[in-house]
Amino acid sequence: MTDAPQKKPQPAGGRAGMRKELPEHFKAYRHVWVFIEYEHGAIHPVSLELLGEGRKLADKLGVELAGLLVGGDREELLAAAGECWEHGADLTYLIADPILEHYRNQPYTKALTDLVNTFKPEILLLGATTLGRDLAGSVATTLATGLTADCTELAIDDERSLAATRPTFGGSLLCTIHTLNFRPQMATVRPRVMAMPQREAGRTGRVVEHPLDMREEDIVTKVLRFIADRDSNEVQLAYADIVVAGGLGLRSAENFQLVKDLARVLGAEYGGSRPLVQKGWITSDRQIGQTGKTIRPKLYIAAGISGAIQHRVGVEGADMILAINTDPNAPILDFAHLAIVADALEVLPALTRAFSRRLSVNRLAG
Amino acid sequence: MHIVVCIKQVPDSAQIRVHPVTNTIMRQGVPTIINPYDLFALEEALRLRDRLGGEVTVLTMGPPMAEDSLRKALTFGADRAVLLTDRFFAGSDTLATSYALSSAIKKIGETWGPVGIVFAGKQTIDGDTAQVGPGIATRMGFNQLTYVAAICDVDTEKGIVEVERRAEGGVQVLQTKLPVLITMLEGSNEMRRGSLTSALRAANAEITTWNAEAAGVPDVQSCGLRGSPTVVKRVFAPTPRAERAEEIGKPGMSFEELADAAMDEIFARHPTVEADLREFAAGQQEEWR
Ligand SMILES: Cc1cc2nc3c(=O)[nH]c(=O)nc-3n(C[C@H](O)[C@H](O)[C@H](O)COP(=O)(O)OP(=O)(O)OC[C@H]3O[C@@H](n4cnc5c(N)ncnc54)[C@H](O)[C@@H]3O)c2cc1C
Ligand SMILES: Nc1ncnc2c1ncn2[C@@H]1O[C@H](COP(=O)(O)O)[C@@H](O)[C@H]1O
Repeated sequence: MTDAPQKKPQPAGGRAGMRKELPEHFKAYRHVWVFIEYEHGAIHPVSLELLGEGRKLADKLGVELAGLLVGGDREELLAAAGECWEHGADLTYLIADPILEHYRNQPYTKALTDLVNTFKPEILLLGATTLGRDLAGSVATTLATGLTADCTELAIDDERSLAATRPTFGGSLLCTIHTLNFRPQMATVRPRVMAMPQREAGRTGRVVEHPLDMREEDIVTKVLRFIADRDSNEVQLAYADIVVAGGLGLRSAENFQLVKDLARVLGAEYGGSRPLVQKGWITSDRQIGQTGKTIRPKLYIAAGISGAIQHRVGVEGADMILAINTDPNAPILDFAHLAIVADALEVLPALTRAFSRRLSVNRLAG
Repeated sequence: MHIVVCIKQVPDSAQIRVHPVTNTIMRQGVPTIINPYDLFALEEALRLRDRLGGEVTVLTMGPPMAEDSLRKALTFGADRAVLLTDRFFAGSDTLATSYALSSAIKKIGETWGPVGIVFAGKQTIDGDTAQVGPGIATRMGFNQLTYVAAICDVDTEKGIVEVERRAEGGVQVLQTKLPVLITMLEGSNEMRRGSLTSALRAANAEITTWNAEAAGVPDVQSCGLRGSPTVVKRVFAPTPRAERAEEIGKPGMSFEELADAAMDEIFARHPTVEADLREFAAGQQEEWR
């Protein structure tokens, strides 16, 4: 478990390492772009996280950072443009057209590919949300360029090329992928993988407007209805400040109640490892990890979770991880900050009591 | 209606191990399965066929041994299986994969009748990109419906499909025209048990095997490594964090003492957790008033 890091680069077959000259017509492609997911009157936080990451890439390349805003209401989009500038964008490309009111693949793909073909960015980033993944695949295929999905790390190499690192083989390994001879270099990143940048109030930028050039009759797919999630828990897990989670170490669905009890006292969200979803102890929208949610809370309490790599990749962004595990050699102790090596069935209720005691003392005093 | 389902044979990643010294993946002896997400696509296709009539063709691109997954699909009740295998396809990324698959789907349509719906899984567990489906739709000029939770209606006369699609923050009810590409959300249905008859039939079934030429792939330069704009430059294991967790508590402490010590440590280490919690507790108190 405490072996030295295995970092020996491994030659992948074929063209890896080989570098052809970038075709002449791609050399003019400059600047870093982030697609801003704007729906139901708000920017999806993943887009702001990507502006933070895009800012670093743009600075390294010495180019500008742009946000792409497409939607139905021009005034709303202009207000959203301000938010982009305050999160690091130098400019925003804006396409406002009633056709773009609700997300549909066809007009959104046209909007993005038109912008790319007109203004030629070298990098285009999208959030790996259901919308982003639906869109990224068709944009990349239409442009016939490379796309690396679900990246966990983005960097610029010595040759101005985007080095996009993502987990592979169920998260047991990472691989770094390059798009050598095509532009733009496209990548998607899941929510909460990158840190939210500091908002710089009053920072401004430019707006470049562009027409959509499409008629409603041209669009085959119609949105008949939108049924909003009544239970918005799903969204909250990824953005909760405190998350309490349980694993197989809790031994039964009834014992999982101890996790919920602690979560309630802390105003936290609760979740669990994948086997709990498979056993039906929790619903799949509460699974944490590679094939579940990535979380980035201030405090993550993991009770009876071993810390398999697929779980680890979803929680590593937490400020602080407290592991409760009977096994002092459980892998989770390799990346948790604090550990209680004891029976979670005893520790969880004790924590629930301790926190409620401390917080209610304050209530009386205040 | 003629329906094509794209399935992929993947290593059962629960059983993948990384060699501790060479840091390479030990694939030997790792069993393969049909990508679990593809089973939802297959089941949905079989249900539509049972309801509307027509045929289901399953398609996979992979090494010759990927035939196993096709045979498995036949036991569930697919009518026909096509294996796309050629050294030209080796090393394909999502763009090259969708290119080869869409060429084969065209050929399938020419050979056995026009294709109304192409199904794909939400994503694979080895590639995990969720991009091959949208790639196929774009290449074929099909309307694209991803993350479909339920197919509400298919009207073959009018050529109209209505689905519920999982979107950010809710469900979209979408209507579009055939032909379409649909990727199914997990949990949207439950795979049937194959019948004995289909199992027997599957065991002896002829599996159509096409190389690039037979599948009518127009340009082999667009396949495999050559046709893949992305290149894997490096594969490595995640770096372990330098320090291990600090263990809280001393021998003989009661659970209450342990919990108190943990809470103190959390408050001492994080600048805002305590303030957040006090604010939350105060808010709760407001509500109780
Ligand atoms: C492709 C793929 C994707 C996956 N995706 C995910 C994912 O997204 N999320 C995920 O979580 N997993 C995922 N997994 C599964 C992952 O590999 C592990 O199997 C899983 O995380 C283990 O869950 P666990 O820690 O709850 O159970 P176990 O590994 O069984 O661990 C139980 C732990 O509880 C401890 N324990 C036992 N009794 C007690 C007690 N009384 N008090 C305290 N501790 C106790 C044990 O010491 C042990 O460490 C994935 C696997 C694959 C192959
Ligand atoms: N080699 C392949 N053969 C057939 N179908 C595939 C192949 N690769 C991907 N697919 C399909 O595309 C979906 C998404 O794959 P991916 O983009 O790898 O996540 C899968 O669920 C399959 O339905």
